[in-house]
Amino acid sequence: MSERSGGRMSHDAERHALDLAGRVVDLVRRLGGPGAEAEVVVTRSELALTRFANSFIHQNVAESGVGVRLRVHADGRTAAGSGSVVTPDGLAALVERALTAARLCPPDPAWPGLTPPASVPAVPAWDEATAFAEPDERAERVRAFVAAVGGLEAAGYCRTAYRAAAFANSAGHSAQGSAAEAAMDGIARAGAADGVARLCADRLANLDGAALGHRAATKARAAVAPVELPPGRYEVVLEPAAVADLLHNFAVWGFNGKRFAERQSFAEPGVAQFDPAVTLVDDPLGGSGLPFDAEGTGRRALTLVDAGTTVAVAHDRRSGAQAGTGSTGHAEPGAATFGPTPGNLRLTGPGGVAAAGSARGTGDPVASPTVAGGGPMDGPGASVGPAGGVETPGGLETPGGPVLDAETAALVAGMERGLLVSDLWYTRVLDTKSLVITGLTRNGVWLVEGGVPVRAVRDFRFTESYPRALGPGAVLGIGRHPARQPDRVDGVWWDAPALRLAAWNFTGGASG
Amino acid sequence: MTGFDAASAAVQAALDAGARYADARVMHRRYESMSARNGDVEELTQDESLGLGVRALVGSSWGFHAVPDLSDAAARDAGRRAARIAAASARVPGPPIDLVPAEPTVASWSSQCEVDPLGVALSDKGDLLVGATATMAAHGADVAEGLYQVWDTTKWFVSSEGHRIDQHIRECGGGISATSIGDGETQRRSYPSYRGQYGTTGWELVTSLDLAAHAARVAEESRALLTAPLCPAGETDLILGGEQLALQIHESVGHAIELDRILGWEAAFAGTSWLDLARLGSLRYGSELMNVTIDPTIPGALGSFGFDDEGSPAVRRDAVREGRWVGVLAGRDSAAVAGLDHGGSVRADGWARLPMVRMTNVGLEPGPHTLDEIVAATDDGVLMDVNRSWSIDDKRLNFQFGCEIGWEVKRGRRGRMLRNPTYTGIGPLFWRSMDMLSSETVAWGTPNCGKGQPGQTGHTGHPAAPARFRNVRVGVRA
Repeated sequence: MSERSGGRMSHDAERHALDLAGRVVDLVRRLGGPGAEAEVVVTRSELALTRFANSFIHQNVAESGVGVRLRVHADGRTAAGSGSVVTPDGLAALVERALTAARLCPPDPAWPGLTPPASVPAVPAWDEATAFAEPDERAERVRAFVAAVGGLEAAGYCRTAYRAAAFANSAGHSAQGSAAEAAMDGIARAGAADGVARLCADRLANLDGAALGHRAATKARAAVAPVELPPGRYEVVLEPAAVADLLHNFAVWGFNGKRFAERQSFAEPGVAQFDPAVTLVDDPLGGSGLPFDAEGTGRRALTLVDAGTTVAVAHDRRSGAQAGTGSTGHAEPGAATFGPTPGNLRLTGPGGVAAAGSARGTGDPVASPTVAGGGPMDGPGASVGPAGGVETPGGLETPGGPVLDAETAALVAGMERGLLVSDLWYTRVLDTKSLVITGLTRNGVWLVEGGVPVRAVRDFRFTESYPRALGPGAVLGIGRHPARQPDRVDGVWWDAPALRLAAWNFTGGASG
Repeated sequence: MTGFDAASAAVQAALDAGARYADARVMHRRYESMSARNGDVEELTQDESLGLGVRALVGSSWGFHAVPDLSDAAARDAGRRAARIAAASARVPGPPIDLVPAEPTVASWSSQCEVDPLGVALSDKGDLLVGATATMAAHGADVAEGLYQVWDTTKWFVSSEGHRIDQHIRECGGGISATSIGDGETQRRSYPSYRGQYGTTGWELVTSLDLAAHAARVAEESRALLTAPLCPAGETDLILGGEQLALQIHESVGHAIELDRILGWEAAFAGTSWLDLARLGSLRYGSELMNVTIDPTIPGALGSFGFDDEGSPAVRRDAVREGRWVGVLAGRDSAAVAGLDHGGSVRADGWARLPMVRMTNVGLEPGPHTLDEIVAATDDGVLMDVNRSWSIDDKRLNFQFGCEIGWEVKRGRRGRMLRNPTYTGIGPLFWRSMDMLSSETVAWGTPNCGKGQPGQTGHTGHPAAPARFRNVRVGVRA
């Protein structure tokens, strides 16, 4: 099926969701009185994930879901409720629980009010073939991945997700939309050495299992026989999977409006906290996404860091009112506790994103394993594009080596001595304000000397302040073409390019 | 339809569609949480979820489908779709899969509960959190947080082998945390742990914690930590409090002995394990003080149940005996692959998730000492307690933990407070260095164990007591 902005099934789902949302608002008015305010989000979903390990499909799941989330504000008090029981009795029980809870809650003087009627952005195109993909279609991509690893062990998943959602509130605002997404994430295993390939796209058709498997296998073969290096500060090139972890942690801990208000975030708007090469934009509609948040506010691109200067943090209506900025469209369930968090960050360098198709994740799923060129623009703040004349890095016995795309090749070529890092793992925050994080490398590390990867290295533990690592003068190059990396839940992704940093603090080796 | 009716219909439909085995779980869960901040209720959430998940084995391939609808038509459709998904799995087939034998069981089980957590007035629960957080704010905390959570789950399980089991499990818990914000860093103290202590029990657990009595202390400690000296860097003797040791067990023992990890089924995400099945029964995991059990029968502990989500009854087993690795957490299919004779540790996070190998209660048997005795026997070391950060590699070997608070130990006495205490090591080397273990055991509950794709959050229990470890690297920092 071709990409389109809604088919019959989606319209049915959206209409049904909007109808449910309206019925819940009416119930609140009837049971809570005319003064009761209500906002409702109804989501219908089709989520499926085909998982493989030891080169066979061992878990294969699908879920048809429905969820209703209600927030009420009555007599100055606020409470929320949610549920999956959408029978008339179930909806009535949900409303009664929420109203009862609100009556027992203390006053909420900071209630920001409901979102007034307003237009929301147009729903980005979404792919019906992805939304309603059959299990055979996911299995076929897994088969291709497994075949492409050429006798190595393979493990990972292929998933598809579809959500149709509707919003309604008692102020007369309503909105609806649908989104679809696909992702594939797999490793190839050459003994104890793993290589990874990971990609998120708007269309399942853009996920090439064979290309991803080939990439993972090439990386795995290049990671065999690693040596242990002493811990210390190394210059690094982080590949997109690793950079995605940086973006995730910046989003959760740094650009979170609640943490910012409580002075638990490093973010200081107006201050040049990052290298001038760094621009960070949260772009929820840069891919297939729902056009409104949990409060019905339209979702739009939000620049968080502009050429190194922090300029904004994410807000819902409550934190936005406290900050005097208004909502940025980042309300989500639980945000009252955990804070509004960006979920679609894109890191770009001075050159920005060269190709919209790449940024939207609609093409270029995997770069060719043959480096076709590259233009090292060495030095602070350089942005590396694909045009130029860098030769394929050599020095490894394994054909193909660990560098599989031109941009990473260009970044590596500029590094006299450092480490190429594929992925980060189990990162946890030691201190939220300085955003000091510990974690480990995973799925391949290589020592680079004279711009060439010369040997595989065993995994390191690191302890690093993420803002410091990207601070002024610390960024030596940013790839121009982010690769969309999936998060653990659909709808959240990170547009991450390869990134060259002056230093990364490795605090332990594989032996401790 | 009743839960049993819907589950039976789904199982029969899966069999009719070609499955050689099928099981189904209907789950109804009510969840309630309340958080307070600086003397105000911040958020009250109540959720009700009801649905059915059915698992089908076609040949040696699994399929699973879940629906939020218990009608006969929906249940049968879910069974058929599970079988169809299993058939798709066969496009990338693996080795033959079987299930270890299990007695068909017809049973009913309920967890112990003196005070129904959902029956306690919201106003009383709110007063508890509001009062505690107000006290913390008054004693210097910049951010004073309180939280409780309640899960009330009823589930009906049916298998094609004749299982027919219903269970009613009530879980709850809570805690308080105080954060003080300094120049460029934050310091946090929590009681009894960050986000609280949890159990498969009633509200009596939260009452017993007496949160209000600890509010002033944790606030003052968080403020004092801002100016405390840094934990020194280097190798020293490390004494861990029970709460931190519980997480140490969770991360470096519990996950490591999960059979699905050992078999490589989690390789791409959660990871594998350093353990090799060929050495089950002979591998030296830790010192002779190390006796770890897998015990879902502990009354009130968060990983307790009557039957797991494959219908296997709760049974206590050894994981580590006198330092030697002797047991794993298994399911019926993984056990069959490994040549073992039992499952018993498979659970699903709700009706929409596939049952998978999860920790139950994995914990240390008590030792012969007390914390006071351990401190008194330590000439030079650091005492750390209450987890602040945790990280471990994908083989469950290389770990680094941060704690909220540390204390210098010199010549057998607890001395000054230390800030930013961290320690790091390699699992088996660390456990082999344990030379003193307290008898002051608490079954700590961990309600946020992440695993699986799609993600699942598991509830696990970890009996643990303070212990001493020799020559541990501490004071790792950026």
